[in-house]
Amino acid sequence: MVAVASSGTAKLTLPADDQIHITREFDAPRHHVYKAFTTPELVKRWWASDLGEVTIAEIDLRVGGTWRYVMVANEGMEVAFHGEYKELIENERIVSTEFYEGAGPDAPPTVNTATFTETDGRTLLTVIVQCPSPEVRNMIIESGMEHGMQKAYDYMEQVAISLQA
Amino acid sequence: MARAATTTDAFNAVAEPRRRQIIDALAEGERPVNDLVALLDLAQPQVSKHLKVLREVGLVEVREVGRQRMYRLNGRSLKPIHDWVQGYERMWSGRFARLDVVLVEMKETEKEEDGDGGSGK
Repeated sequence: MVAVASSGTAKLTLPADDQIHITREFDAPRHHVYKAFTTPELVKRWWASDLGEVTIAEIDLRVGGTWRYVMVANEGMEVAFHGEYKELIENERIVSTEFYEGAGPDAPPTVNTATFTETDGRTLLTVIVQCPSPEVRNMIIESGMEHGMQKAYDYMEQVAISLQA
Repeated sequence: MARAATTTDAFNAVAEPRRRQIIDALAEGERPVNDLVALLDLAQPQVSKHLKVLREVGLVEVREVGRQRMYRLNGRSLKPIHDWVQGYERMWSGRFARLDVVLVEMKETEKEEDGDGGSGK
């Protein structure tokens, strides 16, 4: 697999033209990482990254149960995602669908597989995002590009302000 | 939109699984074509065809060493792809950085519970 980008310790690869593969190691046992992925109060603390705030995190943790996250971005825009749990193995594996609510009612979901593997008290997290088509995969990555650009502009603005002071 | 049959940029070149295998192999160092043939378990004409595509988009470079042609990766040509995924990757890196903080707290909470004579679960 081609590692096409890596900053920090997260590694993103594109193993197929309709897939995104993300890996990251955590200095924590896997039952903690699993809990952080499946507990609403904890999801609220990390899922928005530094792009905004998670205002709603609903999790019905059972196969066939649904989840829904709503984030208010720093620019004030609200984005929402929801899906259904397809497979759950406690502390090991979560397979769920993910619909982006801004994409329209007929847009097909991605299928996300998160796997937690523990070695010597550290946990390797692997997330595979299986997209319905290469076009959707590209759109998802490009949406990140916008965020990335937005962050870059924010930082530039901060630098500019600090220079004025 | 119809896609050109021939590969014209790095994005298309890495869309083919065999070509990604070649790139991964060359990421470890320069190799002659025979090495790649053995590694990929493919016939030489196929490997050569993939190498030709990779060379055309500048992902792979070749040089003559005696009677051998040695192939190596040109990392710089992967930059457009790197730039493309960087924003998305940054979002995940940001999430994980926050998750790190949550996980440290969970560890501490568990220790405290153990200290209080909890089940230590």
